[in-house]
This record gives sequence, structure tokens and C-alpha cells, in this order.
Amino acid sequence: MIETQVHSRNIVAWAADKPEVVVLSGDLTGSTEIAAFKAAYPDRFFSLGMAEQNMLSWAGGMAREGFVPYLHTFSVFLVRRPYDQVAMSVAYPNLPVKLVGFLPGIMTPGGVSHQAIEDISLMRGLPNMTVLEVGDAADVESVLDVAHGVNGPVYIRMLRGALPRLFDSPMELDRIRHLADGEEVTLFSSGICTEEAIRARQALEAAGVTVTHRHVSTHKPFTDPAIADAIRAAKTLVVTVENHNIIGGLGTEVAERMAEIGAGVPLLRIGIPDTFAHGASAAYLMDKYDLTARRIVERIAATLGLEVPIPSDIGNTDVTIDVGAEQLEAL
Amino acid sequence: MTTHPGAIDVRGDWTDTANDVARRIRARVLELTILKDGCYLSQALSSADVLATLYTRILRLAPLDGPLPSEPFTGVPGTPNRSPSGGRFHGAHFPDGDRFLISPAHYAVAIYAALEAVGRLEPGALESFNTDGSTLEMIGAEHSPGFELTTGSFGQALSQSAGIAFARRLRGETGRTAVFLSDGELEEGQTWEGVQAAAFYRLDSLMLFVDVNGQQVDGFTKDVMNVEPIDFRFAAFGWDVRVVDGHDVVAIAEAVEAKVADGRPLVVLAYTDSARGMPYLNANKPHLHYVRAKTDADREAFEQALAELKGILA
Repeated sequence: MIETQVHSRNIVAWAADKPEVVVLSGDLTGSTEIAAFKAAYPDRFFSLGMAEQNMLSWAGGMAREGFVPYLHTFSVFLVRRPYDQVAMSVAYPNLPVKLVGFLPGIMTPGGVSHQAIEDISLMRGLPNMTVLEVGDAADVESVLDVAHGVNGPVYIRMLRGALPRLFDSPMELDRIRHLADGEEVTLFSSGICTEEAIRARQALEAAGVTVTHRHVSTHKPFTDPAIADAIRAAKTLVVTVENHNIIGGLGTEVAERMAEIGAGVPLLRIGIPDTFAHGASAAYLMDKYDLTARRIVERIAATLGLEVPIPSDIGNTDVTIDVGAEQLEAL
Repeated sequence: MTTHPGAIDVRGDWTDTANDVARRIRARVLELTILKDGCYLSQALSSADVLATLYTRILRLAPLDGPLPSEPFTGVPGTPNRSPSGGRFHGAHFPDGDRFLISPAHYAVAIYAALEAVGRLEPGALESFNTDGSTLEMIGAEHSPGFELTTGSFGQALSQSAGIAFARRLRGETGRTAVFLSDGELEEGQTWEGVQAAAFYRLDSLMLFVDVNGQQVDGFTKDVMNVEPIDFRFAAFGWDVRVVDGHDVVAIAEAVEAKVADGRPLVVLAYTDSARGMPYLNANKPHLHYVRAKTDADREAFEQALAELKGILA
């Protein structure tokens, strides 16, 4: 099923019994699904305006006094613009400041100024920083618990608007999600790419290429033993698919693990190929950067030297799950 | 507060005490400049009176049982054996007490000397200044005596301090939050984001003390990147502005005592001389960011100035 306003609803319910949680907004309250929180808890919502450097350091000050600030703005304005403030006012002192960044990668028609294509790379490089990314409604509903459980700074690559529900369980810190097991190819995907990767996997399997598929929701730490197991499962190829520059994100994380364990298979990194992007629709940009199911299959097939038939409606295959109201409540 | 030999009893006549502490700061940092063959001396010379007034007259800090030792550096935050906060030299926090947060980390040696002079840092601890493994680093961080924040990247301390003052107010605390700043930091854009936000949230528990010594690494501030008129700028942002002679301890204290709770944060612009107490350095202005004796004449003059500063103390 496809759902909307998941974060908006979730954070209001989630924060009800957490008086230490405050929200700081950088003039993007509606755009980051935090207007309902503002209405529900006006004494815990603070506008810091279009002044992100101050907002990051201010949050550090509040965290030193026992509050847990959840900063809401677009990813670029939490990472690229105030990077030194993140490093010195938040990450170095290891403060519980949670950065909730929206519009990851090419999930915005806003163009290059709004596209966070190197945020995982930059945040991963900061000591003390935990880096999370959501890929579906279940991830969104559980990411706040994961972030809150970390006694230190956390960067969340968040999604808004219409979201698929792909999983029936909460995400866990430093634990990859198991989607499928196969012998030929191991596929790691994250964020919005996992829905497409599931479709791609189905086409590959129909053509006889068996796939081990894992969804990554924790970019750092990246120490789940199941990562190495999944790499070792691949006979011919490891593939990463990410809505991020192929430098510094998921592709690099997996490459590092492969090198550490001495994996003897090639790695195919699918993602934004070390280029800035431009303003256009998500469908257009995902096709351009090989992030649709069709493109993922084509890239893998070409690498393997195989002909893989691709159903004409591959992009419309429903891969979401319907967990029902009762289980939804429990999630 | 218990005293120890060499420490000032801060309960005496406060202006004599403050002036003595200021002279001790200057003498100690000059002594280290000679001993270590270089130091951030001019910063101590310009700010000594402001720091002395803060520590002896203005700030309500919890007393210590005695001067604290400076433990060696053990680890950064986020590691199991992290060094404790340098804020412990300012005593335990209490709701109606003051907090003192230091922005220009290059002034660390002046802070250490001030803490020693008021009996909060163990005598002799300064011998480890700028040696490997010491928390008395040349550019301090939050493990260094007197430092609660990591602020060597300029412009961030005011925002952090405003966040602290804001959080304290949300918790119902009535104590003030004082921040010490250098004038060069007024060139940083973030400073004005913080000034704007503090005024917007009517943080009149926030007090900002700026050492306006008018110089920075490359030369006079007016030639490198002008920040004047500082008073008009703060006033235009909605702050309560006081301009004082930064070497007049009475004027500095009165600027604070005249403050009423009217929603406006307070800024005290302390205009200072970076060669105060050591006029020999006037010849080198504005290049006093890091001072060391380079010639025999310098060395002789430095020893002479130190003898004079110590003579005043005797």
C-alpha cells in the first residue's frame, strides 16, 4: 500500500511521552511534515528561521542542557551549508542532536541547490555521527526510535509524501533487512532505490539469475555481520543501488567491507555517477541515473553479459505489502 | 572559597582585587611567553581587565573547595575515557547561578591565568601549558580549564551559548549566561545569525562581553575587514549596548549592574589596547597575534616588563 504523511502522524504520537524532545525548524515546517507537531506541541516547537549555522550550534547548546532537538529542514541545509557547525557544535561533543533531512538525492525538482547527493558521504566522515536512511513507511515509523536510542548525534535521510510500505517490521540500528536469498548476484539497496530494486530482482530471477537482496537503513555503523555474509553469497557480482553519488555512500560502504573481507567478486555501483544533477521530475532523474527497475536490470545484465527480458510494465509492478490496520497499529 | 598561597582573596575591596587579578594575568602570560618562546600575549594584555572583572565581581559562580588540578588529556567526547568538561573550574551549575562561556579559544592562556589568579586552577598547572598530553592547550577546547564549549572555529559559541540560555529559561532557571567574544569574530556571518535569534527570543539573561582590541592576524580590523560601528549594529538588531573602556574595571561592572530585564540581550563592548601593561609592544602593532621575542633587545624588554608587572604585585 501507498501511504502519505507518515512522519507527520508518527512524530506527534511518538513524542507524546517524551518531554525532552523539541523540534527546531528552518522555515520549512510544512515542507518537512512537522506542522502537525507544531500544532500539537507549540511549546516544544521553535522556529530558527533561515539561519542554519546558528540553528546547528543553538541545538548543540540545548542538547548540553538536557533537551533532544530534532532539526527539520532539507538535507542540503543540514549538511552542506552548516558542515563546520555540525562538526564542532554537535558531532565533536557527541551531543544527542538529531538531524532530520528531507529531499535526499534527486528527490526534488528543486535542482542542484536542493539536491543532497553527497550528504551520506560527508556525514559518514564525521566521528561520533550515526547515519540512517529510510526506504519505506515502516522505516519512517521506526527511525525515530532508532535515532533516539543513540546517545549521540544522528543524521536521518528522511522521506516525505507518498511512501510505499515494503516491510512488516521496525528497522533496527546496524541491521540490514533481508529481502531475498540467491546465489549469483548480491544486491544492496537503500532509500527510494529498494522499491525499484525489488522489481529489478523479480525480473532477474525470472531470467534465472538468483539474487541475494538486502536493504540498508544504517549507513553508519556498518558492521552487521550479515553484510559480510551477503557479500560472500555472491558467486559472480555484488551490486549497490543508491540515490547518492557513487562516491562515499552505499557503494563505498560495501566496497570497504568487500576489501576488508577479501571478497573476490566484482562490484557494480549504480547511483549518481559523480556528477551534479539538475531540476526535473523524480521519474526523469531516476531514469537518467539508472535508478529505475528497468535501468537496474539493464546495468546488471550488461555487466553479466546476459540477455534479461524486461517486462514492459516493470515500473508498475506493485511490490508493496498490506499489513492491515491491526499490525499497522503495532508497528 | 579557600585560598592558597599566591591566590587572591576575592572578598576584599573588589576593585583592588580585580586590578590585581588583571596584573597577575598579564604577568603570568608574559612569563609564559618568555618561557615558551612565544604565546598569545596581546590577547591577554587586552582582555585581562574584562576577565578579572568577570571572575571577581560580575559572575555568580559556585565556589570550589580549592584550586583544581589540570588532569592530562585522556580522550575526546564519544570515547569511553573522555576528558571531563573544563567547565568544572567554574564550579557546579545551579539554577540562579551564572554560566561563563568562552568563544575565542585563542585566549585560552588568559583564561588559564585568570583561573589561577582567582584560585580555581592549581598553582603550577600552567607549567604544562602547550605541552603534549596537557589539557592546557594553546587553543583550548571543552576539556581545557574554563571551557565548556569547543569554539576554536569562530562564530559558533554565541549560538551555542544562546541555545544554553534558551534551554535554561525553558527549564525555569533565572541565572545569567555570559559569553566572552573577541571583535574579529564579528566578521563571521554566524555571529549575526546568533545575535538575531537571541534578540528574537528576547534572551535578556544573555550577556556578551566583546574584547574590542581592533586587531586580528593580518593587521588592524579596520584594514582587514571593518566591523564598526559595532554599537549601531548590535542596537539595530535589538540588543542593549554598553560601550566601555575595557581597562576600567568599575566601568565594566557598572555596565552590567545597570542592566534591567527588558527582553534585550546585553552586549558590553570593551574597547581595549593590545599592548596594555607592556608599551614596548606598541612598535609591533598591529602584528601582535602571536608574540615572541626575536632579538636580544626584545628579550631584555620582555624581562624588564615582567619585572615591572611583578613589581606592581609585590
